[in-house]
Amino acid sequence: MRTAFIQTLNELADRDERVCLIVGDLGYSVIEEFASKHPDQFVNAGVSEQNMIGLAVGMALTGKVVFTYSIGNFGTLRCLEQIRNDVCYHRAEVKVVAVGGGLAYGNLGVTHHASEDVAIMRSLPNMTVVAPGDPVEARLATRAVVALNGPCYLRLGKAGEPVVHAKEPDFALGRAITLLDGSDVTLIASGGMLATSDRVARALTDQGLGVRLISMHTVKPVDRQAITRAATETRYVFTLEEHSVEGGLGGAVAEVMAEIEAPHAPLKRIGLRPEFNTTVGDQTYLKKVHGLDEETVLKTIQQIITRSYGRVG
Amino acid sequence: MKPAADQDLNALAKRLRSHALRMISAAKTSHIGSCLSVADILAVLYGSILRVDPKRPGWPERDRLIMSKGHAAAILYAAVAEAGFMPTEALAEYARNGGQLYGHATHWGVPGVEMSSGSLGHGLPVGAGMALTAKRAGANWRVFVVMSDGECDEGSNWEAILFAGHHQLDNLNIVIDYNKIQSLDRVEKTLRLEPLADKLRAFGWEVREVDGHDVRALREAFEALPLAAAKPNAIIAHTVKGKGVSWMEGKVLWHYRAPTPEELETALAEVAAS
Repeated sequence: MRTAFIQTLNELADRDERVCLIVGDLGYSVIEEFASKHPDQFVNAGVSEQNMIGLAVGMALTGKVVFTYSIGNFGTLRCLEQIRNDVCYHRAEVKVVAVGGGLAYGNLGVTHHASEDVAIMRSLPNMTVVAPGDPVEARLATRAVVALNGPCYLRLGKAGEPVVHAKEPDFALGRAITLLDGSDVTLIASGGMLATSDRVARALTDQGLGVRLISMHTVKPVDRQAITRAATETRYVFTLEEHSVEGGLGGAVAEVMAEIEAPHAPLKRIGLRPEFNTTVGDQTYLKKVHGLDEETVLKTIQQIITRSYGRVG
Repeated sequence: MKPAADQDLNALAKRLRSHALRMISAAKTSHIGSCLSVADILAVLYGSILRVDPKRPGWPERDRLIMSKGHAAAILYAAVAEAGFMPTEALAEYARNGGQLYGHATHWGVPGVEMSSGSLGHGLPVGAGMALTAKRAGANWRVFVVMSDGECDEGSNWEAILFAGHHQLDNLNIVIDYNKIQSLDRVEKTLRLEPLADKLRAFGWEVREVDGHDVRALREAFEALPLAAAKPNAIIAHTVKGKGVSWMEGKVLWHYRAPTPEELETALAEVAAS
């Protein structure tokens, strides 16, 4: 995803000299081409995230469209008040980009686990929050984010995520993408959990279940219509995200579903338990610890469906 | 902007002090001491230095002034109003329900205010970003960030001070309203800043120290900008908290208390007589 992002940003910067990139001394083997091709559109702020966001705001208020780039928590939580007061309150053209969303930097430690960032960014006024599901969405999202008028948080994985979209989908911020349609259950995924959800959805389909698979790449503003339809047209809604079950995609969907007046499906949020990890593990290992691997997700959904409806297919 | 005479700048400073006293007394808000210490600095900047045009608040070539010590909002609004960005009558709205003029500097709906502030340590990084844009564009406009001394406790400022020195942002100017008193106590008893000028020099800044209540000294310092080639500029303005009202001067109390109507009258009389 970060490769798709930086390639797209490079292309955009070729055409639009307003597009700038500020990094917080991170991005080895990612940002070099941008820096050498666009020296006047590039800044390494050093290891100083508060200043990085302030610089971005100053540049944005004087005509630039500024992407900041850092690892999950560093570029968001460390400088949260700068993002709230300086970026969001001023509606500055600052696009906060985080790599390593979720457990992508699993074995580097809890400091590098971005597990609350979506919840926190989502709570800020004027902020758009985007967590693309695969490299195709990352490319489309980067273009859309430049065109968006106002602040944005773009949450990426790292490199090497599988491509889910065989062909380029219609993409608009705030409008979910339906990859599979069905009327039994809905799987709503954001970020890197789209690939897992895609495989689980196909396994459930093979078992005779009508599965609706939705990529909710924009967590804020969330696509209320897609959620409402899923909740009233299918019998169970599952959210899947590599983020705490509190306040992220699951929280956003729960908020919408709680206000649906018509009878509607129940919701199960599948995500990270809201606790710090105490065992070492890489992304694959820790996803399994949290039940986010394909096998466990499939089993979780099957158990809930069987308990609720007495059968899977 | 044409240079103003010292007497005009002193008269402007008196008007700013009077506005701030009335506003804070009427609204019963804090920070009159912080307003009074920065009055002469703002009077000189708006009265003689800043290239701004109240008819075109968004003029791209304007100088940018960021009031990073956003708690002195009342006197910033007064300065902006006296500069013609809004009628001085609008100052009566200060901190009033339904108005636009919050108790900390607010840009939203207030022409002439470049940036909202109130949480300390936010202004200088933003100012550095603006200065970088101007420098890369080869533009002539300048950035002024007005800071408090207590605000120098914030690490974010030192991140930006490091950055501006490294990038040789000679179009970036900070004015430190060094009134020696912060929220709870004197600066030297809280977190010692001295030797402040040497610290800034060590970060690659050019520094000039002036009497922050001497309008001629302030004007000459600002007119000398940039002070040196390829260095950001720091004007350390030595000031007195509460300056202009004898019984407010140098007192922590007046970081918080609003003058009563009776106290307001004596304060206004002192300012008028000064």
